[in-house]
Amino acid sequence: MARVVVDVMLKPEILDPQGKAVHGALSRLGFDGVVDVRQGKRFELELELEGDVTEERLAEVRKAAETLLSNPVIEDYTVRVEQQ
Amino acid sequence: MKVGVVTFPGSLDDVDARRAVTIAGGEAVALWHGDHGLRDVDAVVLPGGFSYGDYLRCGAIARFAPVMTEVVEAAKSGMPVLGICNGFQILCESHLLPGALIRNDHRKFVCRDQPLRIESTSTAWTSRYDEGAVVTLVLKNGEGGYVADDATLDRLEGDGRVVARYLGGNPNGSLRDIAGISNERGNVVGLMPHPEHAVEDLCGPGTDGLPFFTSVLQALTAA
Repeated sequence: MARVVVDVMLKPEILDPQGKAVHGALSRLGFDGVVDVRQGKRFELELELEGDVTEERLAEVRKAAETLLSNPVIEDYTVRVEQQ
Repeated sequence: MKVGVVTFPGSLDDVDARRAVTIAGGEAVALWHGDHGLRDVDAVVLPGGFSYGDYLRCGAIARFAPVMTEVVEAAKSGMPVLGICNGFQILCESHLLPGALIRNDHRKFVCRDQPLRIESTSTAWTSRYDEGAVVTLVLKNGEGGYVADDATLDRLEGDGRVVARYLGGNPNGSLRDIAGISNERGNVVGLMPHPEHAVEDLCGPGTDGLPFFTSVLQALTAA
């Protein structure tokens, strides 16, 4: 088993109303000094495999990230293997 | 003429959409998200609601529902397809229409009678309107902010593919006040407001939405 993490964030130019709401709440709670908040999504994919995660498996995950996990029109994603 | 209306888990306005088709004089056919095949319909409506609970992103999971394989194929070969609200989101996720719909900029759900201007009458769904017609339809969404990059927006405007624009203030942060767009061919239209809620005087803000449905029936009869 190996865990691959896909992080999805709205592209910088896309408005993030949820992040703004969180930012406002942080300020009200006295967490000062936060200039901006952007909210994203984190997916943890457990892969069944023996040995290390191959480049081929990572390519599959990237394809899944582009096809379903993110919408490339408005979001960027990163893929990384989490060491366990 | 048969107009299919797809029901996804979480669709809300499928029944209203079927009623609107019937009132316009067409035969409404219920389509199920889990079936392959379009039951010989001549056009398809993807209705409003919260398909798959809006999980992941609005429309992101519905896009891969079994029935969508045939809807996407049919749309590409010219069949009229109208996506209303959640249906618009599904069409964008399917890449049948450019851009995406994001959370309203003011973060609140909108539910109001919304004035619009019909800007393109050269689509399968708007031919019965007068160009520039001002109409009032129900708008109800939490994630109705239309976004696309500037080049795409310029192309949509340049090619006359902005189907409807919001009037009297922007209700959700949509770029350039865009309420609806079409594909290049004009057979696929996505619209955030709900024409199916404006087809009878008894309820809703009037009958301004009816021409969406009579237009497609006319287009199909002429074809």
